[in-house]
Amino acid sequence: MGRVFISLYTALLVVFGLAPALYALVLAFTDEAGFAGFDNFIGIFNDYRFWPAVTNVASFLALWLVVQTVFVVLLALIVHQISVRWIGAVARFVYYIPGAFAGAASVMVWLFLLDPAVSPVSGLLTSMGFDSFVQTVEQGNLPWIFMIIAFWTGAGQWIVIMYGALNGINPEVIEAARVDGAGIFHTAVKVQIPLLKKWIAYMAVMCLAAGAQLFVEPRVLSQASKGVVPEDYSLNQLVYLYAFRQGDYHGSAALSIMLLVVSLLLASVFVFKGGLFDRD
Amino acid sequence: MTTIHSMAKRRTGVLLAATGMSALVLAGCSDSAESEDTAFGFPAAEQDAESPITVWVDASREGIAQAFADDNPDLTVNVETYDGNAGGSDTFRTKIASFDQSGEGWPDVVFSSQTNDTSWAGTELNGNQAYAAVLNEGLMDQEYLDGFTEGALDPMTVDGKVYGVRNDLAPVVTYYDQTLMDEFGYEVPTTWEEYLELGERLAEEHPGYILGSVGDSFVGTFVYYFGAQAPIFQVEGNTFTSDFSDDYSVRMTELIDTLVDNGTLVDESVFSAEFLEQYAGKIVAMPGPAWYTGALFENPDSLAYEAGTLGVANPLYWEGDDEVTGNVGGGVWYGSSHSTNLDAVASFLEYVTASDAALEYAGGLPAYQSVADSWLETQSESGFYGGDFAGAMTKAAGSIWSGWGYPSFSAETAYANIVVPALAAGEPVSSVTDAWQEEYLNQAQVQGYDAP
Repeated sequence: MGRVFISLYTALLVVFGLAPALYALVLAFTDEAGFAGFDNFIGIFNDYRFWPAVTNVASFLALWLVVQTVFVVLLALIVHQISVRWIGAVARFVYYIPGAFAGAASVMVWLFLLDPAVSPVSGLLTSMGFDSFVQTVEQGNLPWIFMIIAFWTGAGQWIVIMYGALNGINPEVIEAARVDGAGIFHTAVKVQIPLLKKWIAYMAVMCLAAGAQLFVEPRVLSQASKGVVPEDYSLNQLVYLYAFRQGDYHGSAALSIMLLVVSLLLASVFVFKGGLFDRD
Repeated sequence: MTTIHSMAKRRTGVLLAATGMSALVLAGCSDSAESEDTAFGFPAAEQDAESPITVWVDASREGIAQAFADDNPDLTVNVETYDGNAGGSDTFRTKIASFDQSGEGWPDVVFSSQTNDTSWAGTELNGNQAYAAVLNEGLMDQEYLDGFTEGALDPMTVDGKVYGVRNDLAPVVTYYDQTLMDEFGYEVPTTWEEYLELGERLAEEHPGYILGSVGDSFVGTFVYYFGAQAPIFQVEGNTFTSDFSDDYSVRMTELIDTLVDNGTLVDESVFSAEFLEQYAGKIVAMPGPAWYTGALFENPDSLAYEAGTLGVANPLYWEGDDEVTGNVGGGVWYGSSHSTNLDAVASFLEYVTASDAALEYAGGLPAYQSVADSWLETQSESGFYGGDFAGAMTKAAGSIWSGWGYPSFSAETAYANIVVPALAAGEPVSSVTDAWQEEYLNQAQVQGYDAP
C-alpha cells in the first residue's frame, strides 16, 4: 500500500528532479565535440563573475540562515505562549500572509518599499542615508535587502510549522519542567528548543536549498534598477546567463552541478548534526 | 496608408518553392516542417495566411501595433508588451534562446530599443537558425528598403543581408530653453568647451539650474562618451577595445566630473519622478537624442514644455575637431524567420515604419526618409521648437561618429552597475574608469571577443 502512496511522488521526482539532474550531469562533462572532462568547470572557475557571485550568495545565506533561525524560533515560542486563543490565531495568520505572495510578486512590493520617492517608510530610508533608489540598492546593502525579503516571505510558514511542532511536545514534559521550577525562559531553552532540534535542522536544510538558488529577487531588482543591481549578482543568475545569454548550456550545467554538490554537502551537515533521520 | 501585400500571390510562390525544393529540405533541415525557400533566403516554415501573428513591443510602440491590428481586422494580431530590451536588459535575446531550446513559441515580430541585436539575431545559435528573417532577399521589396535614410539599416546589415528595419534614428542634438537663455543672457553652446564654460558660469550665477543628467546609462555612454569620440567601446573584426586613457575619454571624464561637482549635471534618471520634481523648468540646455522630443519634452506625463520654450541646435563638438555626434539606440523591428505568416509580418514591418500611421505615432525622428521628411516638416511648422529644428536633426542624423562599436553586449550595463552607484555615492567618474574599462574587457571576453 505504501508503494501506491509514494508512486506518484516518485514519478514526478524522476521526471522533474532526477532526470534533469542527470541530463545536467551529462551536459556538464561534455561539449559539442563529446567528452570534455572538467573543461566546463575550469571555464566557470576562470570566469571573472564566478567568485563575486559566490561571495554574494554566501553572505546572503549566512545572514539569512542566522536571522531566520533565531527569529522564527523566538516568534513561534512567543505565539505558543499566548494563552488568548484568538490573538494567537490572528498572529499566526498575520505572519503567514506575506508567504502567500508568489516570488516575483513579493519583490514588486519591495520595489516600492525600497524607493525613497514612493516608499511608505521613506522617512526610515532617508534617516539611514538613502535618498534615492540607487543608493538603497547599493551592492553592499544587497545581502541585507535579500535577507529581509526572504525573511518576510518565508518566515511565516516556518513559524506555523514550529508552532505545530511545539504543540506536538507532550504537555506532561512542560508540566514537569514547571513543577521543577523552570520559568518561561528555562522551559524554552532547556526543554522546547532541544525538542525542536530536528525541525530547526529541517528548516535550515530547506532554506539553504532555497537560498543557494537566489534568483528572482536580484533578477527583478536588476531590471527595476535598470542594471544598477548587476544581472550577474547570484550564482543562479550566472547559470541563467550562461544558458540564455551566451548559449553555453554545457557551462550552465557545470555551474548547476557545482551548486547541487555544495548544497548537498551543506545539507548533509545539517541532516546529520541535526539528527534529522534519527528515530525517537 | 499601406495596403496589405498580395497575399495570395506570395503564398502560391511559397508553395511552389516548397514542393520544388523538398529534396533540399531534407538535406538541410533538422525540422521537417521547415523548408528551404529561395523566395526568402532562409528556411521558412510552412505558410498559412490565416495564422495569427504575435508582436512584441515596448509600451511606447503599443499604440501603432494596435493600430495595425485595427486596420487589419482579417488578421489576428496578438500585441504583447515587454521591456523593449531597454538598458541592455537582453530580455529579447534570453527569451529567443529559450524558444530556440524548446523549438517553438517565437514571436513573429519583435521591437527592440537596442541597435546591436543583429549581432546575435542574425546568426545561427547552437545550431538553431538565425531568429531574424532576412528581409532583402524576397520578403520585403527592395524599393521599400531603399526608402530608409542612408545608413539607417547599417547596424542590421551583415554580409549584405538586412535583418531588421530601423524604427527611428536617435542622433544626439542640443536642446536649450530659449526663455532661460534670454533671461540669463547666455549663448547656446556649440562646442563641448563652451558647454563646460557655460556649466561653470551657471553654477556660479544661477545655482539649481542644470545642463543635463548623467544618471541614465544610455546618457552617460551614448550622449557624452560616444558624442565626444571617446574610444571606450570599439569593435574591429573580432577584437574589442576600450581605452579610457585616450585624450578624448579623459577630457570627457573631466568635463562630467567638473559639472557633476558643481551641480549643473545631476545624477537622477531623466525618467524618474525626482528629476521631474526637482528640475522641470530648470534645464538651461541639455544634449540628448532625437527621441527626447516625444519621450520627455512634449510628453504630458514628463517635462511637458509649453510650445515655443525649447530650441534645438546642432550637436556639441570638440572645438576645431570632426563634427560628429552620438547615437542613442533608435529602435529596430525584427521579423521572425520561424513565422508561419510572413506576409503579415512583411505588412506589419512596412506599416510601422513607412505608413501614415508611422508618421502619426512617431515619437522621434523616423528612420524612413519620406516619413522623416514629413515629420520634420510637421515639427517645424508646429513651431513647438525654436532654432533650426529640421536642420539640426538632419545634420545630426548624418554625422553619427563611426568609431563606436555594436558588439553582442551592451555598453550600458557596466555604466549602470559601476558608474551610477559611484555617482549616487558622490564619487567622481574618474575614480571608477579603471573598473569600468575592466568590466567592458571582461564582458567582451565572455562574449567571445578578443579583448587585449
